[in-house]
Amino acid sequence: MIETNKAEASKTEALRIAGLDCFHGAVQVLYRLDLVLNKGEVLCLFGRNGAGKTTTLKAIMGLVPASAGSIKLTGKELTGLPAHEVPKAGVAYVPQGRRLFAEMTVAENIEIGLMARGKGRAVRDNVLDLFPLLRQRLRQRSGTLSGGEQQMLAMARALCLEPEVLLLDEPTEGLMPSMIAKIRETVSKLRAMDVSTILVEQRVDAVLSVADRVCFIENGRNRETVDVEELRADPSAVRRYVGVG
Amino acid sequence: MHFGPHLLLAALEGLVTSAVLALTALGLSLVFGVMRVVNVAHGEFFMLGAVLAWAISTAISGHPALGFLAALVIAPLIVGAIALVAERLVLRRLNYNPEATIVATIGMLYIIQQLALSFYGPEARPVEPPFSYRILLPWFGYSGYKLSIIAASALLLTATWLVLTRTKVGLIMRATQYDSETAQAFGIAVGRVYGGVFALGAMLAAIAAVLIVPISQAHYLMGQDPLLLSFIVVIIGGLGSLRGTVVAAVLIGLSDGIISMFFSPTLAKIIATLLVAMVLVFRPQGLFGTASR
Repeated sequence: MIETNKAEASKTEALRIAGLDCFHGAVQVLYRLDLVLNKGEVLCLFGRNGAGKTTTLKAIMGLVPASAGSIKLTGKELTGLPAHEVPKAGVAYVPQGRRLFAEMTVAENIEIGLMARGKGRAVRDNVLDLFPLLRQRLRQRSGTLSGGEQQMLAMARALCLEPEVLLLDEPTEGLMPSMIAKIRETVSKLRAMDVSTILVEQRVDAVLSVADRVCFIENGRNRETVDVEELRADPSAVRRYVGVG
Repeated sequence: MHFGPHLLLAALEGLVTSAVLALTALGLSLVFGVMRVVNVAHGEFFMLGAVLAWAISTAISGHPALGFLAALVIAPLIVGAIALVAERLVLRRLNYNPEATIVATIGMLYIIQQLALSFYGPEARPVEPPFSYRILLPWFGYSGYKLSIIAASALLLTATWLVLTRTKVGLIMRATQYDSETAQAFGIAVGRVYGGVFALGAMLAAIAAVLIVPISQAHYLMGQDPLLLSFIVVIIGGLGSLRGTVVAAVLIGLSDGIISMFFSPTLAKIIATLLVAMVLVFRPQGLFGTASR
């Protein structure tokens, strides 16, 4: 693994993964994965389908058990914590496909987010200020929202935790361009608010526009982590690991 | 008796059956809806409720209402505690695997039944009703206690609905029901929710049993019929649907009461079975269930 961020040593680490092994049943998915997320940065996990990006996020959340290695959130060990304790420690997750509680209303989905860390009305109002459209839909069943609105709600629900680290799994998947732009804008706003984000993304343009660093995952291993400026100057890594660009 | 009053009497009897059935089936439905566990031992929690009601009301001297009220509070609590222990010792260890838990709950059924036979015995024993007030209608007199069963059941069903839809506990239960993995990602201790729901399901069955035992009798084999009827109700209503459970319980209870009185109890059972078969063929998710999750 090559860590090329020169300024990294001087930055505060939000999350550090070291030597992480994970299995799905008998199949090993992650192999000695190392990864560092700095405070206030957007780190993009990039790679082919099945490379282990989603498993990495699920392992951070404790939803997939780690068989070896460590995951530390600002120095605090997360591995071994029950899955329901991880969000309370300050990690929020927006799963692939949104995974909203579709039978519940928008307000109830937000309430679930607030309950995780005991946040109150002020946090709810701040989150709804980020996504004003949701304010008009509070009583609507979330399963009846459009794809873009559902993605906004999934992000709003996660932000109700006021997380230190936000995990976003393919938030632009299947959305129209205006919604993708809105999601990118929100991620940039969160960076300004010092929220550290790990973003799993398949779209090269989205990666180049919002990420600070890009981590190329291949066959469950972190092959290379590069600054996004370097990637813009020389996109050969994208072709090498994903075959596009 | 003329047809009208006869029909009213049959409907009242049917509503009493519906009231008890709705509570029992709701417990089964909640456990399946939230945990995806088909609890074959559910009828035994019903039986335990009745047997404990007999034991508690016999132990308390004085007015029958005192013993009955004590049984109404204590028996469901004891049954809930037993269910919680069973959930921790058996279902959790099986990781709530749907197939394995069916086999495990069949085992629980036999263990609870045989323990009841060993410690309670094979006799059917009566429990005195808390009051014996008779309401005199123009055509016939009707047991005030039976009417109070309907009222108590309606109250409990409304309370359960309010808890599920208007409280944080209900929100947590519903989130676990819809997507347990995402629920965990939002700080919900799914294991604790499962334990609570399994205990609650058993308690609802026990409450139904305590309510009905003064007009039937406590017996160690009495859990079989409520289990079968509860399955019929949740199949028709839709597993996990409170509204469906209540509607199906009223449907089955009323048809059982009316058809049994005017024709025969066997015909009532045949019609209920036909109804289940039709639902399974034409709407397998039940009248109010969702097609897939």
